[in-house]
Amino acid sequence: MSARDLALGVDVGGTNTDAVILDGFGTVLAHTKRPTTDDVTGGIRASIAEVLTAVGPERHRVSRVMLGTTHATNAIVQRRALDRVAMIRLGAPAATEFPPLTGWPQDLAEIVLSGSAMVGGGHMVDGTPIAPLDRDGILRFVDGLDSFDAIAVAGIFSPSSPEQELEVAEMLRDHLGQDTRVFLSQDIGPTGLLERENATVLNAALYSVALAVTDALVTVVAEQGLDAQTFFAQNDGTLMSLDYAAQYPVLTIGSGPANSIRGAAYLSGHDNAIVVDVGGTTSDLGVVVGGFPRESTLPREIGGVRTNFRMPDVLSVGIGGGTIVDVVTGRVGPESVGYRIDREGLLFGGSTPTLTDAAAIAGSPVAGRRLPALSPVTAAALEQALAFVTDRLDAAVERLSLGKADIPLVVVGGGGFLVPDRLPSAGEILRPDHGGVANAVGAAISLAGGRADQMAPMGDRESAIEQASEAAIAKAIQAGADPLEVSIVEILETHVPYTAQPTVNVSVKAAGPLARLGAATPTTA
Amino acid sequence: MAQTSPASHAAERISEVTADDIAALGIGTAIFGTGGGGEVYGAQTMVERELRTHGPVRLVSVDDLGPDDVVILMSGIGAPTVGIEMLSSKGQIHALLEEAERLLGRPVTTLMAAEIGGSNGVRPIGWAAQLGLQVLDADGMGRAFPDAAMVAMNAAGVHCDWAVQSDVVGNITVMKTVDLHWLERHARALTVASGSICIGAHYPMTAETVRGAVIEGTVSAAIRVGHALLGASDPVAAIAAELDAKVLMSGKITDLDRRTVGGFVRGSVTITGIGDDRGRLQRLELQNENLLVLEDGEVLVSVPDLITIIDTETGHAITTEMLRFGQRVSVLAWPCDPVWRTPRGLELAGPAAFGYDLPYIPFEGAAR
Repeated sequence: MSARDLALGVDVGGTNTDAVILDGFGTVLAHTKRPTTDDVTGGIRASIAEVLTAVGPERHRVSRVMLGTTHATNAIVQRRALDRVAMIRLGAPAATEFPPLTGWPQDLAEIVLSGSAMVGGGHMVDGTPIAPLDRDGILRFVDGLDSFDAIAVAGIFSPSSPEQELEVAEMLRDHLGQDTRVFLSQDIGPTGLLERENATVLNAALYSVALAVTDALVTVVAEQGLDAQTFFAQNDGTLMSLDYAAQYPVLTIGSGPANSIRGAAYLSGHDNAIVVDVGGTTSDLGVVVGGFPRESTLPREIGGVRTNFRMPDVLSVGIGGGTIVDVVTGRVGPESVGYRIDREGLLFGGSTPTLTDAAAIAGSPVAGRRLPALSPVTAAALEQALAFVTDRLDAAVERLSLGKADIPLVVVGGGGFLVPDRLPSAGEILRPDHGGVANAVGAAISLAGGRADQMAPMGDRESAIEQASEAAIAKAIQAGADPLEVSIVEILETHVPYTAQPTVNVSVKAAGPLARLGAATPTTA
Repeated sequence: MAQTSPASHAAERISEVTADDIAALGIGTAIFGTGGGGEVYGAQTMVERELRTHGPVRLVSVDDLGPDDVVILMSGIGAPTVGIEMLSSKGQIHALLEEAERLLGRPVTTLMAAEIGGSNGVRPIGWAAQLGLQVLDADGMGRAFPDAAMVAMNAAGVHCDWAVQSDVVGNITVMKTVDLHWLERHARALTVASGSICIGAHYPMTAETVRGAVIEGTVSAAIRVGHALLGASDPVAAIAAELDAKVLMSGKITDLDRRTVGGFVRGSVTITGIGDDRGRLQRLELQNENLLVLEDGEVLVSVPDLITIIDTETGHAITTEMLRFGQRVSVLAWPCDPVWRTPRGLELAGPAAFGYDLPYIPFEGAAR
């Protein structure tokens, strides 16, 4: 029997579905880019079929299939196929001035929420109960609901005092049936009640959407006759099992940029780098530190909802190949011709000056295309636009690199020609082969990971780190990591003021290569 | 709105705050936060909802107050990291007011923000809507300061008779301290015991005692600044015009030395000029708020005059904890209220009060 050492990575974006096959040494054996289809399955099927055909008889060496997707994000933005969620907050009387789903767009709240309750419970920062847990109140609330698909539970300070949420989950399953879908905020996000609660509700609402994608992947893999394990990419650049992805779909929402960043770093051979992915409308910049994307600590909005789960620290600049240059005012973007570039750009016989045309003036070749004769005004505007682009990219790189000009800049994406060969703020500029499918490569090379948070008095710092580490490792193993090879890759500490004794919040991330034998511990939905 | 001349400000006094003003108020209080004051988003959503539920809140001037009016100061106190998790209780504000009225023996009619900077400048509007009260178009600082003693009433010699503090559980405590330094000390200890976050009411005043003791017009001013920013194509210029502030410099952050010590952000930020300001370098000293601007070894502006760092592109204020290397920023400064320039005002909130051995040189603002 031949070695089963091939990994197949798929990235389902809003526009394109990319797929690659990597061998055990990380060499790209096959790659493709296909339009994303409405049913998602079609695009996945076509791209997987194409790369498998490209490797021919070697296809049976494929042992792992990894999928990264923005499908969950699109479902929220388009308000599509979302489940109805009952929201229970544990913490009254605290926080009752801010009912659940405060600040949500009303249409989304109406689609998603089947009811909410704020009941007695929750903890203070030091673990003292705010109020006794109101078990009767919870049961009265769920019994009074018309219908719901899932229940989300958020307890005040549950990331550091998790036991109450766990008790409520058990109680709800005992009362409503063991297959009741209960989602706990401690599994979703760190401190920041409203944002964590929002993320938990979104997560619960995405269950069916996620299940459709995981089913699509399993179906395609089975159709192709592959004997391979399947995984999903998550926001921090690590993988999780399909079961886990179905349970925590919200953790896939930032996987697009994470895969792109990790894939670009991998293809360039640099574990510490700035990555710029230049598309048609924006350039998305991220940082890879020790092989993982640097994460943002700021709340992020998804479909108009503020959430706080960890996402890659991505800086989006309104510069892409299709960005429109206003010849009269000299303004560059933010409007873009997007995918219509091949009809509307000057280089393609259209009438809209774009940054692709500006790059062509400066000598960047686009195969088989020449600019028409330009008026001096247009030519000058395009030249100025290119100087503006250089300045903006330079500023963005400088901001992410924190002034260290020796960090390499890895350029990927279709509009990469907009990045000049030298930028004052960047070190070496690298344009790796297969940069166009860096997303799918990032999915294919991922490790399995998990994260846990713990708040503790300063004196118990060591034991807090230990506890959080244990929890993070358990989550990584649950996500599919090899228990023998999983390790802690990051420890973050934040100090908490106004506490009786100095208090610290620790956040630990664990990751490891995928287990080769046996399936990941299944999680029940 | 960007072209508003200072003379027309009086005519623009706002007499009612609606839900549609709150986004602008949030932007304005962030600018008046001078780098501190905490994040305003959570407060904004609460206040918008309360105004949509209960209707607009009446905003009155000191001259509008009658002999039966009683004003009290309202504020949140505690750790921001806890405040985003253990949020306030419904009815917490009612219990606080009830205790204040019991102490006074008469109804409270008017709420006032203890500080106009950050979330504490926004929340009193929502509380007033819940309680059916009016809000005084004034505050105790005209900006954000870290200490309860740094209020204009203290500078003006008005005594604080009592303070009431309530927590999320329902505990209510009355403090009758000999002065505001003791109040700060007791309030902090009580806040810790309450789980690190509380709401406080203090400084009961009448139409008589409030006159000349508060910083007037600041709620209107914050709303106007926010609206000016929202409607502007050049936000930096619009804000400067509205505040009568001077844009000291535009540049990028090239050095950041910032650490959290005992709940305070301390450090400095260096801004290197770009564009017309190329070749210039300014350093700001921080301690929760922006305290000093230095250039070529000379102090250009110092506390209690107001210094705010804003994003050059959007005009939004950047708090000290949100400063990042490479940000494109503009440094804005404008003169403080005259009460801070009195000997007592400078003793409370001048450079020496923050540990700087410097004489205070009044900043003249845009008129210079």
